[in-house]
Amino acid sequence: MTETSHTNSLFNVSSKTKNRNAAERRFRIYGILAISIGLLMLLVLASTIILRGTSAFQQTFITLDVDLLESKLDKKGNRNVDDIKKVSTFGYSPILLNAMKKVLEKHEISTSLKKKALGGIISKSAPSQIRDFVLEDVNRIGQTVEFKFLVNGWIDGYIKGRYSRESVANSKFASAEQFDLIDQLLEVGVVEKKFNFDFIFGADASDQRPEAAGIGVAMVGSFYLMLVVLVLSLPLGVAASIYLEEFAKQNIFTDIIEVTISNLAAVPSIVFGILGLAVFINYMHLPQSTPIVGGLVLTLMTLPTIIISTRASLKSVPPSIRDAALGLGASKMQTVFHHVLPLAAPGILTGTIIGMAQALGESAPLLLIGMIGYVATNMPTTISEGLLSPNSAMPAQIYEWAKRADPAFIERAWGGIIILLIFLLTMNTMAVILRRRFERRW
Amino acid sequence: MKDQTYLDRESILTPGISKISAKNVNVYYDDVQALKDVSVEIGKNAVTSFIGPSGCGKSTFLRCLNRMNDTIDICKVTGQILLEGEDIYDPKIDPVQLRAKVGMVFQKPNPFPKSVYDNIAYGPKIHGLANTKSDLDEIVEKSLQRAAIWDEVKDRLSSPATGLSGGQQQRICIARAIATSPDILLMDEPCSALDPIATAQVEELIDELRENFCVVIVTHSMQQAARVSQKTAFFHLGSLVEFGDTEKIFTNPNDPRTESYITGRIG
Repeated sequence: MTETSHTNSLFNVSSKTKNRNAAERRFRIYGILAISIGLLMLLVLASTIILRGTSAFQQTFITLDVDLLESKLDKKGNRNVDDIKKVSTFGYSPILLNAMKKVLEKHEISTSLKKKALGGIISKSAPSQIRDFVLEDVNRIGQTVEFKFLVNGWIDGYIKGRYSRESVANSKFASAEQFDLIDQLLEVGVVEKKFNFDFIFGADASDQRPEAAGIGVAMVGSFYLMLVVLVLSLPLGVAASIYLEEFAKQNIFTDIIEVTISNLAAVPSIVFGILGLAVFINYMHLPQSTPIVGGLVLTLMTLPTIIISTRASLKSVPPSIRDAALGLGASKMQTVFHHVLPLAAPGILTGTIIGMAQALGESAPLLLIGMIGYVATNMPTTISEGLLSPNSAMPAQIYEWAKRADPAFIERAWGGIIILLIFLLTMNTMAVILRRRFERRW
Repeated sequence: MKDQTYLDRESILTPGISKISAKNVNVYYDDVQALKDVSVEIGKNAVTSFIGPSGCGKSTFLRCLNRMNDTIDICKVTGQILLEGEDIYDPKIDPVQLRAKVGMVFQKPNPFPKSVYDNIAYGPKIHGLANTKSDLDEIVEKSLQRAAIWDEVKDRLSSPATGLSGGQQQRICIARAIATSPDILLMDEPCSALDPIATAQVEELIDELRENFCVVIVTHSMQQAARVSQKTAFFHLGSLVEFGDTEKIFTNPNDPRTESYITGRIG
């Protein structure tokens, strides 16, 4: 083996190659590092949301046997609905207090709490809960009925560990004595913590009763918003893209349209909100705070996204398919509708779902047109009512909760975020599944 | 020289039996001229092949014959192309109707991502050639038989055409093109994506199709032109250099450029 052949051996790694390999190794480390940081952030975000939000799905309930006393609820004794309706929720408080006292006697629990503090353990939603029950069927007066009432937000906060006896020392809302009593009631099983369906499906209550607040109405509002967005933006967006992509001649005019659409996709959503306020509400006089207006605003916002993704998926259909159809004597429109559109459909669907998911998570433009929290307390019963009566949307309701001082509302904001994320995850998963399912090779 | 080839062509073809006659066809892509003054007469019941180096304009000319160039915005065609005496570039002519009469097979097999049956049935359906399901079944079967692929696919008419081999796909495309019963079949390098065996099958098929159709084929392979066609046109740099009987073009061309090309000195 001569000297030259030895230096040329492949086993001798030159310094240049070494540097190159080192650079590649460094780059790989950077990449792994970047991904790890991203994953860590995601983990922190997800765990924070879950840790803080899951407690909103549970609520403390108290079980009481309530005597629906005739002497309090129907003094005339003739079961006249109109007379009974005159008894306000305030009139139901005494029977609630009686029930409370009865349960304490039954379990031989003594307390130094005054009337007001004792009644304060139960949520302010309880009297109306009894009243609704009575008005449903007035013949229930005189019976003894078992009720499950929500417990006041402060007491619930104590059970969930938000408050301690020390932290409420100077509070006018809750006291250490109340907490003592709750501990005893918890022991005998009168008070218990369980899953609260009302948080998911319930109408949101007034700002006085965080424990009774639910995201249900806002969810329905979001549903109607999405309905309007889907019905308007899908046909409009798809028609616009098909025209631009397949029919329009390439000239300065279509170039301008193209640039404008791309720019619109980047416009901050609040701009669409103020546009909606000016055009739909102030100029066209559509009813304020309604899903129809919100839907129109979100349609404006979603259209560019749908148009861009639809055009991209139309572009991705190979020209050979168009040639084949045209060569057979299909008209331009037959070519598009029989061959191009079916092939582009998965992409269009994906784009639409992603655009809708974006719209579902949007709160800024909705706040401007008045779709804030607490505007609706009842579920809409018909579609037209759903579209035309004031309502909120999930992100706007979450925002309303999050800006309150009461930690019980903050907890609900975190819970609301979980529900919103579940919706978004479902929609995005659907988009992925649809794409996988209808994707065709050609 | 040009004049001489023109005269030659006149002597070969008597006007009565020509199917397509093109006169002074010029094609421009924006300001680039792709075809210069092409005049040609294409006969009935014969296979005419267009040969020439890449970019010589043979595919462009082929696409003029069924106005597929219309789909390109920047493409402009001047001159006259007569199909049985009718000017196909007349503004009153609907290209959709023209293309039903002039079928086309493309370079790359491009079946629709649908079943074999739907591929063949699409043309007859949109042109209303079949009134009943059994009529349609018959057209599909006949077209597949004529394209010499019936035996291979008769048991899987409902499976996707895209799952077939390249040669089978190309024959499906040919069957699809003849299902609308066109008068003329244009083929743009139909074998360029196929292996020798599939190529042989398609060539055999082209020879059979000659009985019923006027076939025009663009090809890169001079052997193929020699094998399948009766007439050959040689294009070079956008102009038609020579047109005549295939045998003559390949054995005794008039133009020195043709000779250079077929002997492999240019192209």
